[in-house]
Amino acid sequence: MTEPTIFELSRPNRKGIRFPAPDVPLSELPKEFLREELPLPEVPENEVIRHFTNISQLNHAVDIGFYPLGSCTMKYNPKINEETSRLPGFSQIHPLQPVKTVQGALGLMHETQRWLAEISGFNTVSLQPAAGAHGELTGVLIIRAYHRSRGDTKRTKMLVPDSAHGTNPASSAMSGMKIIELTSDDRGNIDLDALKAECDDTLAGIMITNPNTLGLFDENIIEACQLVHESGGLVYGDGANMNALLGIYKPAEMGIDVMHFNLHKTFATPHGGGGPGSGPVGVIEELADFLPAPLVVMTSAGDEDNPAFYDLINPEQTIGRVKSFHGHFSIIVRAFTYMLSLGKNGLKDVAIHAVLNANYIQALVKDVYHIPYERTCMHEFVAEGKWEDAPGIRALDISKRLIDFGFHPPTNYFPLIVHEALMIEPTETETKETMDAFVDALLQIANEAKTDPDILHNAPTKAPFGRLDEVKAAKELILKTQLPEDY
Amino acid sequence: MKAPAELKYSKNDEWIRVEDEIATMGITDYAQDQLSDVVFIEIVVFEGDAIGKGETCAVVESVKAAADIYMPVGGEIMAINEALVDSPELINEDPFGEAWLIKFKISDPGELDSLMDAEAYKNLERDH
Repeated sequence: MTEPTIFELSRPNRKGIRFPAPDVPLSELPKEFLREELPLPEVPENEVIRHFTNISQLNHAVDIGFYPLGSCTMKYNPKINEETSRLPGFSQIHPLQPVKTVQGALGLMHETQRWLAEISGFNTVSLQPAAGAHGELTGVLIIRAYHRSRGDTKRTKMLVPDSAHGTNPASSAMSGMKIIELTSDDRGNIDLDALKAECDDTLAGIMITNPNTLGLFDENIIEACQLVHESGGLVYGDGANMNALLGIYKPAEMGIDVMHFNLHKTFATPHGGGGPGSGPVGVIEELADFLPAPLVVMTSAGDEDNPAFYDLINPEQTIGRVKSFHGHFSIIVRAFTYMLSLGKNGLKDVAIHAVLNANYIQALVKDVYHIPYERTCMHEFVAEGKWEDAPGIRALDISKRLIDFGFHPPTNYFPLIVHEALMIEPTETETKETMDAFVDALLQIANEAKTDPDILHNAPTKAPFGRLDEVKAAKELILKTQLPEDY
Repeated sequence: MKAPAELKYSKNDEWIRVEDEIATMGITDYAQDQLSDVVFIEIVVFEGDAIGKGETCAVVESVKAAADIYMPVGGEIMAINEALVDSPELINEDPFGEAWLIKFKISDPGELDSLMDAEAYKNLERDH
């Protein structure tokens, strides 16, 4: 370890802060809940600050460098979003307060519901789901509830194309659906013949990711949605790749019936270790009554003298609550701030530049890295991390070497339909200089792979840690600090 | 690509060895190479089960991916290789030998006709 744990820094009786005398009456805890010892670290404030600052420098982050992790949309998170989410009117309220005392917060939620509906073409949006896969689960439960409400109980089959997001089959399985994988055609679209073969009266729906995980806009989307609708099924849209469509194309107009948004991707809220995420779900009018409860509604539009009034309602056939209180509220404040900062034209520019940047990198590397489905890409593209004249080099080696250049690796080994996949998504927030440096690194690595492969096999050498033992990490999963015996 | 001549192969990269009506199956060298280091395997069938061709009999996880393993032909399960549960790395080390997955009694020998010989398997066209 290059940095000891906070527990190892601890020495008896060292203190960071001294608590002031309480200004409220003391309340005795019941004896059975009191414990004799509480082994918390005892560390002075400066040591705590240094410890966590040091740890933060050992990891990569979008505030440190380029982060082209495909399908994760690791765009820069503007700091104004942090400022607004900390405003006392948003940060110092409690979800159980009477609604008349939190009208500002409810108003912000209502506007966010409305704006997401406008962007996507859906009728109503719920902000409750905690992240993307939770949104998927919510959406599939809505599809199930819709079929059941019609007495159509035999519809339990969910189709998932092999270019969809990896969480889609899991979300369907958790909802009790039977999953059928659909193959892609040779242009990377949904294979319509394979789809037709599954369209029958047991079809609950299909989960489509568009653009898909190949970074391609599905050219068969309209026909695929029609086929599913004609056989009585519904279309779930995985909105994780919405960054490519923002302000350009409304998913509801493609024929999608229910979709989740990833606020932590498309709408620039913190992501990964900095989360939590947020996965609002939008639906067409016929499904609005099944959304999770409660929804924020405007009960009075107000006038010059009186502000609008907002309340919470439970849709009649709701699938119920999917998250305590109102989802990740502070994340919703950040996403709202982002939309407000960019405005209508700014949001459209996001998609345009996200797609332009991905195509720029693809064009510069495609002669060196094989791109199996080579088309104009959307916001990301998938290259193969292997060459016939570099035996023994895999996508993983390329990714590890990229760390030496100060870049986060692309997504490895997904989608599964591309061997040694490297899924690259630059996002709209990167400069030409950053992308040029990344391309130079990729081209240099390709050359090293063929002339001096050990450079790749030994990488990374410039990171705090060298090549980690992934097998050991998978087999001996230790997720928390192991305190010393005598602690 | 390694593919012993005495075995038969499915397009999903399972191999099968037939002795009388008893079959032994596992995954091929190509499959383990694609998966890379295998860290976990769960055999989801039990002795005595009758499992149809194409049904899932095991789930394997590597540092790269998770994959279902399917029955190359149908049959009644006679034995499963418990040693793999503790030592999934055997799949990388000896895919055609120690890392056999399941022994079963073939229910319909006619289904064997749908499988490939080693030459056909080696020449199988891989997408992309």
